[in-house]
Amino acid sequence: MNRSGFRRIRLQRGSILLRVALFSVALTLVFTLVANMLPQVEGEVPEETEIDLAGLTMDDFIALGEGLFSGKGTCTLCHNNLGRAPDILQLNMDEISRQRLADERYRGKASNTEEYLRESMLDPGIYVVRGYGKKGTNDSESPMPAVDVAPILLNPLEIDAVIAFMQAKDGNEVSVSLPSAMPPAPAGQADSAPSPAVETVAADSPAALLRKYACSACHSIADSVSPVGPDLNGIGDRLDRAQISESIIDPNATIAEGFAAGMMPDTFAAQMTVRELNILVDYLASQKAGQ
Amino acid sequence: MTCVLLLAGLSIAVSGDASAATTIPAVAEAGAGIGESADGSQRAAIAAPKLSRADYPNIGMSSRSIVWILAQMHLFFAAFVLAVPLFVLVIEWIGVYTGDERYDDMAHEFMKISMTAYSITALFGGTLAFALFLLYPQFMTYMMHVFDSQVLVYAFLFFAESGFLYLYYYSWYRWRYGNAKWVHLTLGLMLNVVGTTLLLLANAWATFMMAPTGVDSAGVVTGGIWEIMRGPLWNPINLHRFLANIAFGGAVIGAYAAYNFLASTDRAARAHYDWMGYTANFIAILAFLPLPFAGYWLMAEIYAYSQQMGITAMGGILAWLFIVQAVLIGTILLAGNYYLWSGMSRSEGSKRYTWLIKYIAVVLVACFLVWVTPHTLIISADEMKLMGGSHHSILGPLGIMPAKNIAVNLMLIFTFLSFQLFRRADKQVTVSWAGFGNALMVCIYVVAIVNVIFAGIYYGYFTNTVYKVGSSVMQVVSTLVVIIAGVTIDTMMFKGAKKLPSEWGKVSNRAQYALFALPIAFTWLMALMGYVRSSVRTHWHVYTVMKDNSPDNYIPAIGHAGNMMTIVTLLFLLCVLFIFWISSLGDSRQPGPALIKAGET
Repeated sequence: MNRSGFRRIRLQRGSILLRVALFSVALTLVFTLVANMLPQVEGEVPEETEIDLAGLTMDDFIALGEGLFSGKGTCTLCHNNLGRAPDILQLNMDEISRQRLADERYRGKASNTEEYLRESMLDPGIYVVRGYGKKGTNDSESPMPAVDVAPILLNPLEIDAVIAFMQAKDGNEVSVSLPSAMPPAPAGQADSAPSPAVETVAADSPAALLRKYACSACHSIADSVSPVGPDLNGIGDRLDRAQISESIIDPNATIAEGFAAGMMPDTFAAQMTVRELNILVDYLASQKAGQ
Repeated sequence: MTCVLLLAGLSIAVSGDASAATTIPAVAEAGAGIGESADGSQRAAIAAPKLSRADYPNIGMSSRSIVWILAQMHLFFAAFVLAVPLFVLVIEWIGVYTGDERYDDMAHEFMKISMTAYSITALFGGTLAFALFLLYPQFMTYMMHVFDSQVLVYAFLFFAESGFLYLYYYSWYRWRYGNAKWVHLTLGLMLNVVGTTLLLLANAWATFMMAPTGVDSAGVVTGGIWEIMRGPLWNPINLHRFLANIAFGGAVIGAYAAYNFLASTDRAARAHYDWMGYTANFIAILAFLPLPFAGYWLMAEIYAYSQQMGITAMGGILAWLFIVQAVLIGTILLAGNYYLWSGMSRSEGSKRYTWLIKYIAVVLVACFLVWVTPHTLIISADEMKLMGGSHHSILGPLGIMPAKNIAVNLMLIFTFLSFQLFRRADKQVTVSWAGFGNALMVCIYVVAIVNVIFAGIYYGYFTNTVYKVGSSVMQVVSTLVVIIAGVTIDTMMFKGAKKLPSEWGKVSNRAQYALFALPIAFTWLMALMGYVRSSVRTHWHVYTVMKDNSPDNYIPAIGHAGNMMTIVTLLFLLCVLFIFWISSLGDSRQPGPALIKAGET
């Protein structure tokens, strides 16, 4: 074969290679196009909810439960209208709970709706709704995971919030009470990263509020001594509730004798919740001389 | 050629960020110390580390993307080099059994291609290992702690794999006849035993991450290595990957044959590569047909392990990608069928069956359309009003699983029919009971098709969810009965059949593009399924035991994932073209100056 013969073969092979490459790229792009035409949804990681316990109302708590039901709790994954698990959102869970408690198949210890709902989340196998048990177990085992362990990891406060939502969604009375403190992280599951929720621990007690807003950095109060601001021991004798409240919300409105204006931050009105302010004012108003 | 094979088991959906490397805060609550595992060995009681974002090194690029690409490339090549020796051994044995040396030569040519791929596998494996230790140091430390000396066994086996591979390949023509051939076959067997063991070991890492066993809820090792390895998903993944690797390997070899067929002008060479392409396609489709059943077993085990995980894959955020999967598998089946129909033209005897092709094509296309029909659509209020609800009255029912089960089973049955016609095309049956055999075969087809459709419609739409799942078993069995009965009846009926004239090489160039479509679709499909398998762990490195707190700990949207899959597929194809070129380079010889001069004059 001569030189032009080799060249012709090389050109022919190059042409085939080019066609094969174009075909491959085109087909790959078709698949890419299909993938990009579909709804683009990212699977988000459930985030720890920052809960302001001091200002938490029952409506907030129910809303928290609703968010957990479709978010971190992953309840809607199965409890929907596709028949994988009872469609809780369409059922009046107060009525349903009472029916289940009366059912002879019920093996738990709950005596009311709240207890039943909590039990069903912590130990779903106690009562398995007919037709929804694990395959081959004759409805004796539930496919539902306990919600307080991995991967769901709801804490007691969050479980209460879900119960509150379950009760409230059909207009039933909510029997769970508002939480007073953040629960500790479950053993073995606490992340080394600080949880945002931990920042608000016990923020509804006077001591926590004094600590949270660093009052004792400038004021003498209880065991703490600081000469920067007026002494708050015995403040209840000197000021009434309205004056104490004003001195926190608008500290420059009236300046205590011997102290300069502008020393105290005027940002507490924006930072504090009404409930926090009330707790703090109540506490300071109760600080009488001789206590 | 050292390195790590199949490290990809550990990969994907892990990622990284920010500065300061920290030590593992890893002492278990039970207290640091020595614990005794179930097998009696003593292990330090170390819990899975709880990482903050700052614990993930940041090199300025997405750690997940880096690991994703490297892991996928490694997996592609590992799948290829583990699969090729499996069917090469079978082909070599067929050569010995039939005495036809063409089989022996073809098997050797297959091995030649996989030799270059072996080096590339090792290169990607090593790079992946470095990337994982660099970007996810705590995670890798924990995995090394859990799997302990098993990783050394793995490394040792890799040395053994290399040894057997080189011996097997380079002794091919040295030990070709007589007793020496049996020694050679034994080497091939050993190569496959070691290779498959490597696959099983690496699979254990991946399945541990999905469904950990042998550790407590904090990740402290409580069981022996056997308990850690044999998690609930290990065997389903083993089977699925074993079959998928063979299908994938066959498809890549098919592309090699197709390329050489197109590039050859010599009649004998075209005949050779046509035959090679047919054999590779046969291997790919044969291994592909049982894959849906292996996939079904895997998903059933995932549901049994965690319904939540199963629903995340099939009915949750990842459900949309099964539409892409349908497009890919549809492409594979249509390409496979088209190649078989084109290949029938090699024999005059095929004219007896060509009238059936159009019907098979109609069924395949119809089933494909059902399969890609989505159940839910993002629609506006006006569109919903026009449709009279959130689901279309016809398309809505076609979007759910029972309809898709009917479609996929019918596609498999009709693909088998194409294969059966292809096999019969160059034969004339001679047995006296041919009429009965054909009638029986037709009956089996009809009953199976009716059963698949009936089970899908009746149990899928008119009973509750529990029976829906059960009905799919009935459908799968119907499909399997057709395949097994078809192979059995044809083997008996065509024994001693008259061979009709058939000519290798007499096939259209267009048919070769079907052989290119197969590996492209397979490659993309493997990447897609890897994304699903990895994503079902959601934001966990090791499900329920070790959280992923890296910046990439969310499941990426299907579009982003699709772009990544395209990148890895094109990269892989580029490498494969390089391998083909390298393989042909060894056979070519530059003409000497004197020869060229003589040619010019």
